[in-house]
Amino acid sequence: MHPFSYSSVNDAAAAVREQATHSHSTFIAGGTNLLDLMKENVARPAHLIGLNQLPLAFVEDTPEGGLRLGALATNANTAYHPEVEKRYPLLSQAILSGATAQLRNMATNGGNLMQRTRCYYFYDLTTPCNKREPGSGCSALGGFNRIHAILGASEQCIATHPSDMCVALTALDALVCVQGPQGERVLPFADFHRLPGSTPHQDNNLKPGELITALELPKQGFAQHYHYLKIRDRASYAFALVSIAAVLELDGDTITEARVALGGVAHKPWRERAAEELLIGQPTTEATFTKAASYLLRGARGYGHNDFKIELAKRGIVRALQQAAAEPRGPRALPWA
Amino acid sequence: MSSTTLIGQPTSRVDGAIKVTGAATYAGEFVVPGLAYGYVVNSPIAKGRITQVHSAEVLALPGVLAVFSHENRLPLPDDDNCYMDQLAPGGSPFRPLFDATIKFNMQPVALVVAETYELARYAAAVLRLDYEQEPHQTDLSKQRGAAFKAPHQANGFYDYPPSRGLPEQAWASATHRVAGDYAHPTQHHNPMETFATTVEWRGDGQLTVYDKTQGTFNSQQYICNVFNLKKENVQVHSYFVGGAFGLALRPNYQVPLAVMAALALKRSVRVTLTRQQMFSLSYRPLALQHVKLGTNPDGSLATLHHEALQATSQFEPYAETVTHWSGVLYRCDNVKLEHLLAPLDVMTPVSMRAPGPTSGLFALEVALDELAYETGLDPVELRLRSYADRNGLMDKPFSSKKLRECYQQAAARFGWAQRNPEPRSMRHGDLLVGWGMASGVWDSSQAEAGAQATLTADGKLTVVNGVNGDIGTGTATVICQIAAETLGLPLSAVTFRQGESTMPAAPVQGASWTAGSVGTAVQKVCRQLREQLLTLAQQLPDSPWRQAGPSEIEFTDGKLGLLGQPETQISFSEVLRAHRLPHLEAEVTASPDAKRQQQYSVNVHNAVFVEVQVDPVIGTVRVTRLVEGVAAGRILNPKTARNQVLGGMVWGIGAALMEETVMDHRFGRFMNHSLAEYHLPVNADIRELEVIFVEEEDDIVNPLGAKGVGEIGILGVSAAIANAVYHATGRRLRELPITRDKLL
Repeated sequence: MHPFSYSSVNDAAAAVREQATHSHSTFIAGGTNLLDLMKENVARPAHLIGLNQLPLAFVEDTPEGGLRLGALATNANTAYHPEVEKRYPLLSQAILSGATAQLRNMATNGGNLMQRTRCYYFYDLTTPCNKREPGSGCSALGGFNRIHAILGASEQCIATHPSDMCVALTALDALVCVQGPQGERVLPFADFHRLPGSTPHQDNNLKPGELITALELPKQGFAQHYHYLKIRDRASYAFALVSIAAVLELDGDTITEARVALGGVAHKPWRERAAEELLIGQPTTEATFTKAASYLLRGARGYGHNDFKIELAKRGIVRALQQAAAEPRGPRALPWA
Repeated sequence: MSSTTLIGQPTSRVDGAIKVTGAATYAGEFVVPGLAYGYVVNSPIAKGRITQVHSAEVLALPGVLAVFSHENRLPLPDDDNCYMDQLAPGGSPFRPLFDATIKFNMQPVALVVAETYELARYAAAVLRLDYEQEPHQTDLSKQRGAAFKAPHQANGFYDYPPSRGLPEQAWASATHRVAGDYAHPTQHHNPMETFATTVEWRGDGQLTVYDKTQGTFNSQQYICNVFNLKKENVQVHSYFVGGAFGLALRPNYQVPLAVMAALALKRSVRVTLTRQQMFSLSYRPLALQHVKLGTNPDGSLATLHHEALQATSQFEPYAETVTHWSGVLYRCDNVKLEHLLAPLDVMTPVSMRAPGPTSGLFALEVALDELAYETGLDPVELRLRSYADRNGLMDKPFSSKKLRECYQQAAARFGWAQRNPEPRSMRHGDLLVGWGMASGVWDSSQAEAGAQATLTADGKLTVVNGVNGDIGTGTATVICQIAAETLGLPLSAVTFRQGESTMPAAPVQGASWTAGSVGTAVQKVCRQLREQLLTLAQQLPDSPWRQAGPSEIEFTDGKLGLLGQPETQISFSEVLRAHRLPHLEAEVTASPDAKRQQQYSVNVHNAVFVEVQVDPVIGTVRVTRLVEGVAAGRILNPKTARNQVLGGMVWGIGAALMEETVMDHRFGRFMNHSLAEYHLPVNADIRELEVIFVEEEDDIVNPLGAKGVGEIGILGVSAAIANAVYHATGRRLRELPITRDKLL
């Protein structure tokens, strides 16, 4: 770990100002990923700005009937919040399928969006990695890439975003509220993370100095028909090989609305409206779901060790949609793959 | 024995409370004055040379005390013998910081020492070294051409003849035949406690070394030989070990690095490895195998061929018993065994829980399942038709063998009779259910050990042996049980002191032999105290015991007296006080009765029955039930013994389904070097586990009759799971781990 200085701030505006006064500074809240990255010398901030005093740990109703999740509310407090459990059980299920109880108690909602890939090569300074060191090359290409992307990757980077929570937030059309030197703005969740392209070192579309202050969930929570399916190498404490957030609105057996987001397959949670439109007006049959799954994976390519994820993702999508279409399950079911 | 009130009882750990409250102190936790901290720098390349070490930049940092590398190391001997620890397999042991040569990726190349751990770690991160890289080879499959016969004898094992009978002819004429290629991956031990050595500089060249080791004396001897120190000047202490599983059998590089820094700086130094650095140490080597089995018309084994190719380093020919057990576990007249090693540009492997059969029996026991389907016989019945009454490899009788009872009792408990052998025939809702079984064997031996005991006038007994701190097996508890029962004391009156190199000798703690070896010495020393007590009691005036022979005297609850005559009892304290003795002492060495033992094959056996549930769509495998029957002689403590077997079962589940270290051959480097990506089972992966200890008497193995259970638990588990997965899915998988990509 490289030496760094530390300061603590009390409000978002101060945090943004503080960032401007220190070069190579980084915000820190739960620190569950950042500290690992610092210990491995992947992240080498000269200054840390502590955010934990900011009044952003709220979970509150919005005037539009939705819910605002403060950036500093912990993953655990969010997942177990009665309003989240009742109105957005998909989100609760997704959060609880990630990490461990200890990590979720520390990790914050804002930090969950900011966590970095778990690509082996990104974490190992002795190997080339364009994300860590632009221009050095991608070791996962032609290397051990079992956990890597099958969609939207580039010749520069085939890393995936590791979050479960973000997959659910993508499916739920959440908004990301940020504050920066130019004031506040709101990004649709789908526009928050980036595909790697030729700039894999940039995970997201935050501008320099911008701070996440809240996540906003729209009113529609799909609390009747939802499923988060996480497929991984052990029953807990493993990142998703493939995860699927699926929600449906049904009229009898006919689908009136559908959302499907994928995790573990791309540099950002993967979602395509065209695939969801294939489901609208269709019966909740395996054939319907398979059609949407095939559409979502039509551009997928494997890199050797991860070839299996293409078929796995297809099957997982069908499974998740079947689960979502099944009898209403009520609030939060146990995560299980 | 006067009573059997303690040995065989499920006694809770005598050191349990201090372990769970954090009061137990581990090697990297000792607080010594003036401590400096070392952090190891590891090579980023697999082969080549260090051309320059840019130490000056790092030494300029305030608080950095030294940078040790091959350029400025202390003088080291140039004789391989000086680096040969008790488990060195020959060859030329790795010498940390000896010269500029890089022999494997993550090799230690420098040690940065600083006033704080954080500073040492930072300085190590910015220390620049220049390298000249050379092409390396880390891919076992490409090194077959360089393979040589595994030197079993140099590794301490029986060097069996390459074949017996006529294996080729028997194969040609076999009634049923199966053949297949099997692979068992590289695995790293990953004990919870990472490796650490704290060297206390006590002035005048005196060192106390707090080490994480499975061999207090092995560590001491290595340090003395490498640094040309006298034994009386080097004390090694090891009180608690947070898991080791074989990885601490040989001194790892943090030991000489910490000692070198302490000697050079003349102050105390600690070197602790990170989890990532644990992947720079030794490991269970990749084993590529081929097995061929053929039957006689009655379903018994007509022939058995087992070939294995295993990885080792370029500098040491480490070999384990991969193929041995295929010549032991079943009766077969026509056997061909071949074990080859191929040298790679990697660190030398080392024993890892049940080293050899974990890889080898996976292949054999899956092949047997294939043969069961080929012959149409039940897998248990198939094994019974080739039940071995003798060790065919060594042509010796077994000292005892209750494997048949393991099959029967574990099968009954599991409900094996209800199995429909047809693959994909059993279901639980949408899930496929599979039942599989397998068997295992390990050997059991006794090594020479010493023990010292002191009985004080207050009736308390202290037993002393230098065996390293408890690696998790419950050694101290079992030793206290043996001592208390032998002398006739309550458990609470006994203290076991262990883990110092000045204490009576113990062998390295491996091979499941500590309870039998140290336990026998403790039993012997306590018997000597009994004799002393009786002699003293008989010298007392008006002694009612004067004419009594040892068999007429009962030792119980801190008293001795005539058998069945409690009114004649006198307490040990009274005996000592009457003679004005502050204490009684005895010291012994217990050696195995080699002549007698060599006539027999002494083995522990098991039978494992497994249920899996497989999601046929997304390939999820869950081990829902596991029943293991174990025949291991006398079980000294069913609670700690069960605990050891459970640990083996959990590990077997991990080995079957998820555990593997992955090498990127372009870099010659293991890439999943963290516990986030090197997968071991978590609680959610484990369901019902059941252990059955089958009654087995053995008066050959050692005077206690205990065979040890450290290794047996894991054996058979991965094969039984692979066989259950076949039964569930119809997919025969011969390569571990069975991850879902192989099932889609």
